[in-house]
Amino acid sequence: MSLQTSSAVYAGGFSNPPVASAHAFRAAMNAMARPGEVQEITGATPPEGISPAAGCLLLTLCDPETGVFLAPGADTEAVRAWLAFHTGAPIVAAEQADFVLGSWEALMPLARFRTGTPEYPDRSATLIVEVPGFGTPNAQLRGPGIKGTAEMQLPELAAFQDNAVLYPLGLDFFFTSGSQVAALPRSTQVAAEA
Amino acid sequence: MSDYNFAYLDEQTKRMIRRAILKGLAVPGYQVPFASREMPMPYGWGTGGVQVSAATLTPDDTLKVIDQGADDTTNAVSIRKFFEKTAGVETTEETEKASVIQTRHRIPEAELTEDQILVYQVPIPEPLRFLEPRETETRKMHALQEYGLMHVKLYEDISQHGAIATAYAYPVKVEGRYVMDPSPIPKFDNPKMEMAAIQLFGAGREQRIYAVPPYTQVVSLDFEDYPFEASKAEHACDLCGSEHSYLDEVILDDAGNRMFVCSDTDYCRSRREAGHSGRLSEEAA
Repeated sequence: MSLQTSSAVYAGGFSNPPVASAHAFRAAMNAMARPGEVQEITGATPPEGISPAAGCLLLTLCDPETGVFLAPGADTEAVRAWLAFHTGAPIVAAEQADFVLGSWEALMPLARFRTGTPEYPDRSATLIVEVPGFGTPNAQLRGPGIKGTAEMQLPELAAFQDNAVLYPLGLDFFFTSGSQVAALPRSTQVAAEA
Repeated sequence: MSDYNFAYLDEQTKRMIRRAILKGLAVPGYQVPFASREMPMPYGWGTGGVQVSAATLTPDDTLKVIDQGADDTTNAVSIRKFFEKTAGVETTEETEKASVIQTRHRIPEAELTEDQILVYQVPIPEPLRFLEPRETETRKMHALQEYGLMHVKLYEDISQHGAIATAYAYPVKVEGRYVMDPSPIPKFDNPKMEMAAIQLFGAGREQRIYAVPPYTQVVSLDFEDYPFEASKAEHACDLCGSEHSYLDEVILDDAGNRMFVCSDTDYCRSRREAGHSGRLSEEAA
């Protein structure tokens, strides 16, 4: 490993972890509690290939107790080394993952991720989906956390509608782009934008 | 600044609690197990709420702590001081100025906003516990939505007392799925749970965290012919004159004299400062 790549591994974490992760968690919690609302999340500078927002989520939520699955594209030497140094989270197979990182296409098929059990629906995967941006909304959202309806741009609709049918089982999604994060929990009903 | 890590807990504990909070928000009303830590206060004094607050606070927050609506009781004062010391956060007694409110058994009278977070201290998170003591069974009942027993309990109330006598910790159904214990808030507060703020619930001894996102449907269980009623004492506050707040009854002497005062001390104080007065306020006396 060259000097340059090794310093990239050690750099890019939170400069003041207790405070930075508190702010990052607040953004993540607001996102999960208010589906479709875009929040600013900053503090991490992960290696090339993953967004600062996704890096913040990983630093805030992952540690040696959580298995992470890196989908093709996000699964680089640099990301693995950065994640190992900063969080100590083990890289695991898709079927065992607590957290999953990748682009929408790379995450397919979704059926392999854990959706929880009827007695413990919380034992399910949280997917961090890297998206190009939060441009034109194509989906209308209803459910907990939403006053009336909300709008959001989603990579497709059918997958999220199928996921909501599983409720209270299912997957929970964060969408990350640059320093922005939004979320879509399993409790949200998704319909095509009228 | 103190020698504590920010907000007392170590970072790995906070991550574990934060993951539980996120899953709780994704499945509103479902009780997420978490590895509750021993806190420097006894169980029953809000160890669950304190852990949830510690994982949620940022240095920019302003914290308010209430105990049965009051800012100045032992539990509220000591938790407020705990976070002043370990997190260095601003504290307040004014509901409007707080961004995080930790509460024991009340929801403030003032309407909460989207910028606020309400953290409940919960003694027994399982609404079915007194009907079915086995955790393995209550888990199954939640999984199968088998809530008939709860309706039988409310029915027995009616057959015995002529009305649903449950006055606090009145069970609710969240988003049509999970029956949830709202913590021992008076049932007067139940309708307020459909609010703009995020609601988080922490039970330290019982090791459970659950949550209700903003604008989530929260329905108090009832029957068509015995609808839910958010009751309170049929009086006005004797200090501020409010007829819409939840009241505490205070015995004044051995002759049976009593007074009713707002349980929410900040609400009562702000009304008195705005010039309202009640039966026993100094101007009237």
